[in-house]
Amino acid sequence: MTATAAPPAISLRGITKEFGAGDTKTLALADVSLELPYGELVLLVGPSGCGKTTLISVVAGLLDATRGEVDVLGQNLTRMRGGRKVRFRGDNIGFVFQQYNLLPALTAAENAAVPLLINGWPRARAVAKASELLTAVGLGAKLKSYPNQLSGGQQQRVAIARALVHEPRLLVCDEPTAALDAASGRTVMDLIRKVAVQPDRAVIVVTHDSRVYDFGDRIVSMADGRVESVSQGGRLTANS
Amino acid sequence: MNWVALKMLTGDRTKYLGIVFGVSFAALLMAQQSAIFCGLMRNTTSQVRDIQGADVWVMDRNVQFVDDTKPLSENALYRVRGVDGVKWAVRLYKGLARARLGDGNFQQVILIGVDDATLVGAPAVEQGKLLSGSLEDLRRPDAVIMDEFGWRYLFGAEPFAPGRTLEMNDKRAVIVGLAKCNPTFQTFPILYCTYSQAVKYVPQERKTLTFVLAKAADGVSPEELCGRIEAQTRTLRALTNDQFFWSTIGYYLKRTGIPINFGITVMLGFIVGCAIAGQTFYLFTVENLKQFGSLKAMGVSNWRIVRMVMLQALVVGVIGFGLGLGGAALFGYVFERLVTNAPPAFHFPWQVVVLTASAVFVIITVSAAVSLKRVLFLEPAVVFR
Repeated sequence: MTATAAPPAISLRGITKEFGAGDTKTLALADVSLELPYGELVLLVGPSGCGKTTLISVVAGLLDATRGEVDVLGQNLTRMRGGRKVRFRGDNIGFVFQQYNLLPALTAAENAAVPLLINGWPRARAVAKASELLTAVGLGAKLKSYPNQLSGGQQQRVAIARALVHEPRLLVCDEPTAALDAASGRTVMDLIRKVAVQPDRAVIVVTHDSRVYDFGDRIVSMADGRVESVSQGGRLTANS
Repeated sequence: MNWVALKMLTGDRTKYLGIVFGVSFAALLMAQQSAIFCGLMRNTTSQVRDIQGADVWVMDRNVQFVDDTKPLSENALYRVRGVDGVKWAVRLYKGLARARLGDGNFQQVILIGVDDATLVGAPAVEQGKLLSGSLEDLRRPDAVIMDEFGWRYLFGAEPFAPGRTLEMNDKRAVIVGLAKCNPTFQTFPILYCTYSQAVKYVPQERKTLTFVLAKAADGVSPEELCGRIEAQTRTLRALTNDQFFWSTIGYYLKRTGIPINFGITVMLGFIVGCAIAGQTFYLFTVENLKQFGSLKAMGVSNWRIVRMVMLQALVVGVIGFGLGLGGAALFGYVFERLVTNAPPAFHFPWQVVVLTASAVFVIITVSAAVSLKRVLFLEPAVVFR
């Protein structure tokens, strides 16, 4: 990195994360250092238990690292505490979960509006904005449908709209295609690529679904709590 | 986010209704049992409330409650009249008598003999307590006035008509009027007659005077008069209406198992309410942990989660309290309508409402607190597992 280069969206320096203590101590991340830029879709790949989920939890401010420094969107998360960190997440990070985690009592539009409600928007305005976004992702006819009335792919599209509705600068997706068939998975990844990737936004997708590797601009491969390699998208294939 | 909390609460109808049912059931049980308890306690004082016109009740100094009759000698009346500050004082007989009905059956009755000259102690006409007949009729030979519940108890749905006769102590009693009386603890029919008539209706005793009713002179408070009567007579006890009311209730509270029995039921209602509402609310929250985790990940603070869960608990509490209290009131209303020949012991003072509301508040607070523990200690990173 040169002195004139733009600052990275995410900078991890010597991140170690341990769970438990004594004999039960488990090392989930071992001295991970990584820089991820804005405007790219980064895939975090690797076998189960390699530390992918722990890493995005640390990046998203959901877990504190045992050692090391984390800078996200120019803010040092390591030193950020309590309410400030909660507000930082609410303002700057969008989440897409493997199981969608939609609230079953809310309609699609209401679910997508939740981040705006968290940030204090009036309900009508929040739902209106969420409806626009849902329409943009092809769910205009399903605004008033409840999650149990939607297919898996549709639910994940609602989840993506929810993650983007408050225009976060970091989007964190955890196995967004794991619960979907191949076609739906590709549709969802295509949507993330088209809608989420912006010059001022970083997107991290955790996956071990090799079918979607083509969608990544950069692929970070992990094993045993360490970053094994960082490569350009498409270099890893289903046969790798 | 309050709106989201309410949608989460009502989204799963079964669980929502389960929690509301738990709180309603507890509120119903506590309110209904407390109201019956209050009704029973109130019924013990019915004669204190029915017999009006005097300021002070004078009795043997060992009398503890209104049904505790310890006869006085006749000169007690004159001793009371001799106390400075007494405007007037009259006799009152109160006791149980055995009445023989037209069909040959016997029935215990509460016999109240009021002053022959003034009729002080008789049903208050000005308050609409005399439903049929005239107080003056009491001066006719063998005349008695019966309470309406007693009439229904003895004669069923038969409309009241003067002229029905009873027999007490081999003396004839003619029912000439119908009075509206407060329900009694013993539930026996009440008969009003003159004092001179009453002493004929009971077996001969050396002393027959039960109470002396006294009125305070202008400028003398009833409490002050009580003090003067007790100080001057030394062997008599004098109580204001209010003091006698609470003395009677105090006796039943201390000397009977009624408060303990009802207290146990109210406590059971509270425990059952806590268990049902607490468990259902806890399960409801635990099943929503993933959702709460998502909200925490998306930027909802613990304090906000506390407010959301407390709001859910409050809504459930208010609805459950309303339904429970309404159910208890409905129970009282239906009970009163259906059981017309035996007055229901059901009294719903504001204290019962406050007690029930407080208990419901504790139930929902405990329920919410137990549930919140899980939510507050939930790592938001759980959403990725």
